Amino acid sequence: MGKDWTVAEQPVLTQYLEAMIRIRLFEEKVTELRKQQIIVGSVHLCIGQEAIYVGARAALTGEDRVFATYRGHGWALACGVPPAAAFAELLGRETGVCKGRGGSAQFSAADWGFYGENSIVGAGAAIALGAALSAKMEGKRRVVVTAFGEGAMNQGAVHEAMNFAAYQDLPLIFICENNSYSELTPTAKMVRRNEMYQRAHGYGIPGTRVDGNDPETVRRTVSGFAEAARQGQGPALVEAMTQRLVGHYYGDMQSYRPKGEITEAKKVEPIVRARQALLQTGMDSAELDRIEAEVRSEIEAAAQLALEAPLADPSHVMEHLYA
Amino acid sequence: MHSEKVQAQAQLQVQVLELSYAQAINAALERSLRELPETILYGEDIGEAGGIFGVTRNLKQQFGDRVFDTPISETAMLGTAVGAAITGLRPIVEIMWIDFTLVAMDQIVNQAANIRYVSAGRLRAPLTIRTQQGFLPGSCAQHSQNLEALYTHVPGLRVGLAATAQDAYSMTLAAVHCDDPTLIIENRGLYHGEKQNVKVAGEIEPIGGAVVMRPGADVTILSWSAMLFQALQAAQQLEQQGISAEVINARWLNPFDWDTLMRSVGKTGRLVIAHEAVQTGGFGAEVAARVGKEMFGRLRAPVERVATQDCRIPAAPQLQQVLIPDAQRIAASVRALVDGSR
Repeated sequence: MGKDWTVAEQPVLTQYLEAMIRIRLFEEKVTELRKQQIIVGSVHLCIGQEAIYVGARAALTGEDRVFATYRGHGWALACGVPPAAAFAELLGRETGVCKGRGGSAQFSAADWGFYGENSIVGAGAAIALGAALSAKMEGKRRVVVTAFGEGAMNQGAVHEAMNFAAYQDLPLIFICENNSYSELTPTAKMVRRNEMYQRAHGYGIPGTRVDGNDPETVRRTVSGFAEAARQGQGPALVEAMTQRLVGHYYGDMQSYRPKGEITEAKKVEPIVRARQALLQTGMDSAELDRIEAEVRSEIEAAAQLALEAPLADPSHVMEHLYA
Repeated sequence: MHSEKVQAQAQLQVQVLELSYAQAINAALERSLRELPETILYGEDIGEAGGIFGVTRNLKQQFGDRVFDTPISETAMLGTAVGAAITGLRPIVEIMWIDFTLVAMDQIVNQAANIRYVSAGRLRAPLTIRTQQGFLPGSCAQHSQNLEALYTHVPGLRVGLAATAQDAYSMTLAAVHCDDPTLIIENRGLYHGEKQNVKVAGEIEPIGGAVVMRPGADVTILSWSAMLFQALQAAQQLEQQGISAEVINARWLNPFDWDTLMRSVGKTGRLVIAHEAVQTGGFGAEVAARVGKEMFGRLRAPVERVATQDCRIPAAPQLQQVLIPDAQRIAASVRALVDGSR
């Protein structure tokens, strides 16, 4: 897929790289805290898939809304959720975006247009319909993005959502992050036909497959569909091809993955490729290292801030159940 | 300014109309759509066709795009409600039969009920799900279940069951105005019954609140939805036999009006709960447990439940009939309870 790399302007590419590094280092810090049992419970990391979030978000405005899945930390950060507030959520702190009630797999931060993760595969697509309906009724030309893995393409909710969005001409972009695994099972073994984007055509909406490890390609594709959606042309499906460099969840031994697959994937993962592309534009590798070091200290400081915040108060556990 | 005030007051002036249960719901929906621009109403066949039971008749014609038909996609419909509610709309969705909510229970239980809590109150889901349930002769096993207990088991939801036409009007409006996901479970056997006097316009009542339909001294009968009318008939029969039964229409199971119930049981010392849902795990079990604990010293007899037998529901009327309680069975239970504890 390397040959499809779209060369963006150096400053733009630098921004992509920085945003992707921020997500990567956030996830690595989460891994460390999880290993130490400071973060507990299920954690689903998005390492390797960062270009999709960064590229798609670059195609959206601050008015637009994003619905993601339990593998959603990257989407949240791409939407601008402060890393400290996200860490705090995973750490069960009062300062977490959901005061510790959402956790790693189900937090939202609507102030940043991030309408949340969802721990039920495919459910977010159905909810995104309503946000898109709101957008349509307001007439504000807002678009909604709903993202899910290719495993969710076999959930009824996603099929219902595609038809519903199509018949209503909703301004909704479906982004399928195809990392080729439905949790622990190769998706190719679960379907007769593996081209997910073609399913869109059955619903009468456009669908296309793109290099999901290239943020500029993702941005351009999402931007085109978003523009059409803002004009009232309705939904579209983007199948973004990528690879998960880690397990489905923290602790997944990945014995189901062929030997060498991850090693090969690491050669074409988005951050490695963005670095290479920037070096080709003549950027100094020391400058790239400086960017990474800066983001690393930002992430460390955010984690520290979250760790110092008070734990969510058990005496308030019944709060927020009802109006 | 002054004239606006007068107008506003005039709007709140109570009118009494003769309406069937279905017409009362229609009036509540019409008022919601007229008064609250953020409301939308949709469901299968509810627009052009006016709904298979005619409850939403003429609303599409009156409100245009805010009332629409959907594909047969309960998950998409309820997902849409959740997403619309968290982004500023106030959706009202009709799920044609409560049995069909099971197809999309994820959106009710995992999604709608969680939104406010899991987001620590930063999101809210003010949506209303209207559906209907109950036995009618010949209704098949997948069109006759009484499933209210499934939803009262889920914190984060509100659940109401309208019995009278006034309930149908007031509770529908209360649900629409409520900022939490609310299920209004109607009963299709009640839709086209006799017209009743319904107070319309007037203030919107909050959710909750039971109604004492008939005062009595010897025993309390708690019921809801269509079974309430069997309970009222039973109370009439019992009166002729010298037993004075107080009948309570629960209306809302969440929030449940414990005060009204405890006050009544405190007075009568006996409680019979009658519901059309099957017995095991029914909401009556919850009531029995709470009353048993809180009124332990004051009960003159154990709490009794009269419910449908724990069975699947057969289509043939004569088979159905033996499973479902009626006024005679309620009266017999009450009589046995009172006679055994005089």
